[in-house]
Amino acid sequence: MAETKITLEQVRHVALLARLRLSNDEEESLRSDMDEMLAYVDKLNELDTKDVAPTTQVGEAGMPMREDEVTNQPAADAMLANAPSRDRNYFKVPKIIE
Amino acid sequence: MPSELHKLTIAEASAKLRKREVSALELTRDCLERIAASEPKLNAFITVCEKEAVEQARQADARLAAGDAPALCGIPLGIKDIYATKGVRTTCASRILENFVPPFDATVIERLRAEGAVFVGKTNMDEFAMGSSTENSAFGPTLNPHDTERVAGGSSGGSAAAVAAHECLGALGTDTGGSIREPASFCGVVGLKPTYSRVSRYGVVAYASSLDQVGPFAKSVRDAAIILRTLAGKDPRDSTCSARAVPDYERALAGDAKGLRIGVPKEFFVEGMQPEVEKAVRAALKSYESIGASTVEISLPHTGYAIAAYYLVATAEASANLARYDGIRFGLRASAEDNIALNEITRAEGFGAEVKRRIMLGTFALSAGYYDAYYLKGQKVRTLIRNDFERAFEKCDLIVTPVAPTTAFKLGEKMNDPLTMYLSDIFTISVNLAGLPGMSIPCGYDSNHLPIGMQLIAPPFAEETILRAGDAFERTGAFKSR
Repeated sequence: MAETKITLEQVRHVALLARLRLSNDEEESLRSDMDEMLAYVDKLNELDTKDVAPTTQVGEAGMPMREDEVTNQPAADAMLANAPSRDRNYFKVPKIIE
Repeated sequence: MPSELHKLTIAEASAKLRKREVSALELTRDCLERIAASEPKLNAFITVCEKEAVEQARQADARLAAGDAPALCGIPLGIKDIYATKGVRTTCASRILENFVPPFDATVIERLRAEGAVFVGKTNMDEFAMGSSTENSAFGPTLNPHDTERVAGGSSGGSAAAVAAHECLGALGTDTGGSIREPASFCGVVGLKPTYSRVSRYGVVAYASSLDQVGPFAKSVRDAAIILRTLAGKDPRDSTCSARAVPDYERALAGDAKGLRIGVPKEFFVEGMQPEVEKAVRAALKSYESIGASTVEISLPHTGYAIAAYYLVATAEASANLARYDGIRFGLRASAEDNIALNEITRAEGFGAEVKRRIMLGTFALSAGYYDAYYLKGQKVRTLIRNDFERAFEKCDLIVTPVAPTTAFKLGEKMNDPLTMYLSDIFTISVNLAGLPGMSIPCGYDSNHLPIGMQLIAPPFAEETILRAGDAFERTGAFKSR
């Protein structure tokens, strides 16, 4: 591949956006994998899509309406049963405010 | 007790259960024994639900004794580990959900429970359904029952292998780019991806929401029709789910293919395909002609762009869907001083390599400055691919193609080359982009005795056409599964 589609700097920026902490090895291998994929998807530019509308919905047109009614019962314990850390009915996280 | 109950089809087992020739408990125990014997070499299940299955079977027997017997009452099924199952852990084959126990059932699980189906276990898959070989599972790969040096396909490889090895009578999978049809083809079973929106996705762990669809694996087309009948239909908890009435799919199996116009896309018979695959599919087309169908060459000119469009659209949606795994509310949590580090380290430790690769590509495709060139371009090309099919269906009722360019490949063969792995979905991916129904049915074997699958594709909501045609092919006896 003559042209580089993505730099190591860009990989680090995207990893920050995606909240993934990458090792140096991972950064390098992801750079090379993404480079290959981005070069591959370049083939889409062979197609003139100036006048083509993007797909925005797949199923049937329109959205169904329904009444806004409560159908479930309060279930705090069930919801919190999977919490990695909890305090009473709260999810516990590291301190946010200094 | 009759032996080898696990080898029955759902239709056969259901008849025996209703006549009380066998009990649901006998049938379930037989499958559980089969699982115990096969799992050491296949690894088709992440979790086997022996205790729960026995209890469900007892309840099914009580209903059967009372004469209340829906079609799936007492039938042992495998459930892909992507479906929320109340009280049974749901891992999505990821370390990040290794200990997640959902407090609720997916809609389709609820519906199967209401019919009295028995869940023998949660099947293995590629992590978050990202893969074509089930090698991306955090719990090790599933091996192909026809040759344990080869993959079962993916992402629903566990479900396909479990049905092929008679560990259960049918199974649920999901299909985003071929994840039901490709493993069905590799394992020699029937796999149906319904029209997008035909089946509720509520409670199904999301990968790419505009492409994901729920569907069955079965030993026969009739069994696939029986399962789909229970799965399909409106769900107030999934706003994309269609309100269209659900036909009785089993009644669509008229036993013939008279007058069906079958389209054969020239772009799907390309160089690089294993010659035996092409030969088997061409032979199946001849069988169709012998039972009154006609074939016509059609063109789907944008086929060659489908994989590129898919990997932009699917990864973009995945990057958004997988943002929820933040280590805060459920799932794995790494220890860290602050919340950003907690998110980053949790995700770094919890996700496997392929999931990270797709999140990265998707995040990039949506990021400022690249959105138009990548994500938007992908969605425009998707429109062209959908238009191709619309035009093709003016000339035919059904399209027949191979499912994959090759039969099952060897473990490790494509693991170091993501793009080559992606290309194994070349014939299935455009069907998801267009939101159409597609089914894989066995149509032959290659010289290594590996199954070959044929894909039947129909217009939106024409599952009946696919099922009728698939069943008619089975009845010709042109091909017998081994």
